[in-house]
Amino acid sequence: MTSWLLLAEAGVPEGGLFDLDATLPLMAVQVVLLTFILNSLFFRPVGRAVEERESFISISRADAKQKLAQAERLEADLREQLKEARQQSQRLILEAEQEMDRLYREALAIATADANASREQARREIDSQRDQAMASLNKYADKLGDLIVTRLLAAS
Amino acid sequence: MPLLLPFAELEVGKHLYWQLGNLKIHGQVFLSSWVVIGALLALVVVGTRKLERDPRGTQNLLEFVWDYIRDLSREQIGEKAYRDWMPFIGTLFLFIFVSNWGGALVPWKLIHLPSGELGAPTADINTTIALALLVSLAYFYAGLSRKGLRYFEYYVEPTPIMLPFKIVEDFTKPLSLSFRLFGNILADELVVAVLAFLVPLIVPLPAMFLGLFTSAIQALIFATLAAYYIGEAVHEEHH
Repeated sequence: MTSWLLLAEAGVPEGGLFDLDATLPLMAVQVVLLTFILNSLFFRPVGRAVEERESFISISRADAKQKLAQAERLEADLREQLKEARQQSQRLILEAEQEMDRLYREALAIATADANASREQARREIDSQRDQAMASLNKYADKLGDLIVTRLLAAS
Repeated sequence: MPLLLPFAELEVGKHLYWQLGNLKIHGQVFLSSWVVIGALLALVVVGTRKLERDPRGTQNLLEFVWDYIRDLSREQIGEKAYRDWMPFIGTLFLFIFVSNWGGALVPWKLIHLPSGELGAPTADINTTIALALLVSLAYFYAGLSRKGLRYFEYYVEPTPIMLPFKIVEDFTKPLSLSFRLFGNILADELVVAVLAFLVPLIVPLPAMFLGLFTSAIQALIFATLAAYYIGEAVHEEHH
């Protein structure tokens, strides 16, 4: 290849575009050295940093996912508790209302019975007093009739 | 090159030669590549000094780049093998990207060299062939280390008729990789330089923006193809 390339440069004693010499192997050695240096200074440390970050991110993501699931579980749990508590309070309110209703009815019944009883008693008292009054009135009327009869008879 | 004579300032194909024993190397390529590598390392060191779980500042940028490279290599190589090859693909991408953008954004012309001029390291054919050959070695190694000699089954799949084509592919892959990158970056630098030479104001700006775009695209193409070749080599055929 070299001779062919140099033929293309025939007439140029030294130099030229296609002047191949020891630059070639030395440059190759230089590039190989650069590869090793860059590998230890750049590719390996940066790769390690990037991969560490990637694993950190995936671990944190898994962690966060777990936490999220836990939070969701807790939320469902609390929701359930809340629902139960609500139902219970509803029941308590209902019970209390019923209880109140019952007490009201009882009190009302007792009061009505009391009132009836005292009215009955009052009526009975009034009746007996009226009977007494009637009886004493009758007695007076009889006595007065007798007296009138006696007086009239005596006068005649 | 008579055609380029009027633009003598471009200095295409002139190099700053350094002598290393009896080997010659292109000094300007190494100088600019050291700047590129220095910038990359500085960014990486600053960005990874204190890695935190909540990224901020440079760490953010680096993690974005890392993520981008991971996606690119995972998509092309596959879930099983991409981890081993991600640093290689990433280094190719970053080196080419910073080289290309550095070549386009840094005012290299202010620094005067005795010969040649500074620019993107990827505008030199040596660099791109080096990178492309590394990719070839990488995908052979990837295939052989993962599948052993069964790797060569790939050459006769789905039918043995494919054998010569697959062998030719092993040569055309690095060739196309290197010349694509080299040609694009050099052409971009030339276009900008020629326009800046002809009309020094405003006119080169659209070409420069286009150049930034192509530079990024070329880095992406090179890295994607490298990853694709490696992915092809490690791919397990499901019968």
